[in-house]
Amino acid sequence: MSDIAIKVENLGKLYRLGEVGTGTLSQDLKRWWAINRGKEDPFAKIGEANDRTTKGASDFVWALKDVSFEVKQGEVLGIIGRNGAGKSTLLKLLSKVTAPSTGNIKVKGRIASLLEVGTGFHPDLTGRENVFLNGAILGMSRKEINSKFDEIVDFAGVERYIDTPVKRYSSGMYVRLAFAVAAFLEPEILIVDEVLAVGDAEFQRKCLGRMRDVSKNDGRTVLFVSHNMAAVQKLCNRGIFFRNGQIHLTGEIDHVISKYLESSDAIRSIYEIPKPDFTPENLGFAYCLKVEDINGNLINEIPVGKAWQIRVQFKLNKKVEHFIIALGIVNTMDVNLRTTWSKEMDLDAGEYEALFKEDQLLLAAGTYQLALGLSSYERAFQYIENVAAITISDVPDSTLDKSIVRTTGVGLILNPMDIEILNLTKSI
Amino acid sequence: MNTAELVEAPYVLEEKQKEEHWTETIEPRTRLLDLRLKEVWRYRDLIAMFVRRDFIATYKQTILGPLWFFIQPLLTSITFVIIFGRVAKISTDGMPMMVFYLSGITIWNYFSQTLTATSTIFTANANIFGKVYFPRLTLPLSLIISNLVRFSIQFVLFLCVWLYYIIKGSAIQPNWAIVLTPVLLVLMGLLSLGVGMIFSSMTTKYRDLTMLLQFGIQLLMYATPVIYPLSALPQKYKLFILANPVSPIVETFRYAFLGSGNLSWGLLCYSIGITSLILFFGIITFNKVEKSFMDTV
Repeated sequence: MSDIAIKVENLGKLYRLGEVGTGTLSQDLKRWWAINRGKEDPFAKIGEANDRTTKGASDFVWALKDVSFEVKQGEVLGIIGRNGAGKSTLLKLLSKVTAPSTGNIKVKGRIASLLEVGTGFHPDLTGRENVFLNGAILGMSRKEINSKFDEIVDFAGVERYIDTPVKRYSSGMYVRLAFAVAAFLEPEILIVDEVLAVGDAEFQRKCLGRMRDVSKNDGRTVLFVSHNMAAVQKLCNRGIFFRNGQIHLTGEIDHVISKYLESSDAIRSIYEIPKPDFTPENLGFAYCLKVEDINGNLINEIPVGKAWQIRVQFKLNKKVEHFIIALGIVNTMDVNLRTTWSKEMDLDAGEYEALFKEDQLLLAAGTYQLALGLSSYERAFQYIENVAAITISDVPDSTLDKSIVRTTGVGLILNPMDIEILNLTKSI
Repeated sequence: MNTAELVEAPYVLEEKQKEEHWTETIEPRTRLLDLRLKEVWRYRDLIAMFVRRDFIATYKQTILGPLWFFIQPLLTSITFVIIFGRVAKISTDGMPMMVFYLSGITIWNYFSQTLTATSTIFTANANIFGKVYFPRLTLPLSLIISNLVRFSIQFVLFLCVWLYYIIKGSAIQPNWAIVLTPVLLVLMGLLSLGVGMIFSSMTTKYRDLTMLLQFGIQLLMYATPVIYPLSALPQKYKLFILANPVSPIVETFRYAFLGSGNLSWGLLCYSIGITSLILFFGIITFNKVEKSFMDTV
């Protein structure tokens, strides 16, 4: 069981930025000439690490660079990182969709990759025909598909529509059928990229369950890429955290996830507030907002149940009487969840900091927008909607009340009520 | 900093002994002539599914369905009879016009349709290629097969017209060269496959070639004895037309069934030579492009 199923050595992938096609012919010729004389690719060495936020000096970028790791057989490896960190490139190389620029990957056993569900589905073909086509594309033989056909249809729950062209399917049915084909693949190594982001909650749970079965019962190796940390945590036992095309960290999944959530990669935690063009009577303005945990550490994704606080820095140009600063929380459905006001007070000119502590309300996992307002005599002199976003992650904090069964899809507020259960059976 | 190294360390010794067990190694460059036919064979069911998909997808939601297979060559032939036969009065070597044009169109269609289909393989299937690996060669092979099926249906139509004229007692003289038909079909298939693979590989980077191919095929038809017999050509153009490797195939096909023109082994061998050359380059470019075309398409 301790066999190594995948071994990746010094893997690298170079991409050229900008327009492809213009001016490439001369570069192609130069490169071809250099390689044929046994020299290094003249354009490969000027590439640099992939940081998409800074403008690089060269047109070539390493989407992946010097990546080496091993995956043991039966292991479920979670691959996490910010968008553009190189996760998808790695999966593409592993699934042979494109070739690496340097290094190599050694594999033991058959690989099936699910970078997308329903690849090759043709809208005009019936569900049945598409199952066979898609299965064949994924590497199953006709016989294999035949023997699993009933199971596939059953898993997808589309028996009644199986002889209808898939273009008449609802999008949910389409995705369920597509995933079902993939779920019944029997490769030694399965590569999965965020396909779980589709379908309804119930189906997602079914898929996660199926994937767990695959790794636990059949001892298969699974590589799983997702931004859904809860899913990664449930499924995987080891994790790799990618950053700018390189491995930042490997190790136990819990450790890797917590490091990822703490890193500035997940979501921003400091928001510079642009200076307003105009302030009535030039009273002042807020210029910075920080999301922190209760100890004052910057935090990007708040584990559900963990206490957090918002620190707002503002500047007053003159004495402001009856000053109030207020913070509002709005969810993604534009529902105003709450607004908090500071006590009315008179403040002299100067720089100030306001701290909004949240340690009572348990918000359900999700993303929330913040609104900020500064007022004097109940007249706002600065008001900013969507000033910042906070993300409550569905990875529960250790302090989360154990009676909370689920953190999404069960309402906006998780605070448990006091529940008393009385035994009404008469004792004999 | 790099924790990956620390984690790997314990395996280093083990790995030495297991080196030989890898079933596959993914590397930057491959040998150019490695076709991995074994793998293609393992995916034969996929080829069958692609052929099926082609037919279903083309004729679903049409009223006439597969009848279109007959309508297209028939209407084209009738048009040719009117324009080139009656109006322009181009010679048909004494053959009945209908059967003369139909024979040319049937085999020409096989060539041009296979070529058009294979030349867009990479660009048309980019969405599939970008997500799943399967031997890319399965697609051109499936296209050849589905076009061969299409050809056989149109060939039946040609045979009906052909028999009608034989019974009617026209000047048609079919001869032993008919046994060469399978050879001609294989040759034609490989030629269009070769050219198609070159074009499909190059179009992933240089889209201009799609434009070139569209009217290139049209022009090539006029450089092939489809609407005229080779014998009707002035000597100074003949060499130019014969340099086209498709010409000997069409000419031989027509000679076999109609007895017009003549059979030249020399030209046929020339055609075979050019086909092998083009196929060779086609395979090389296809193999080179297939590994990384997703980055440039």
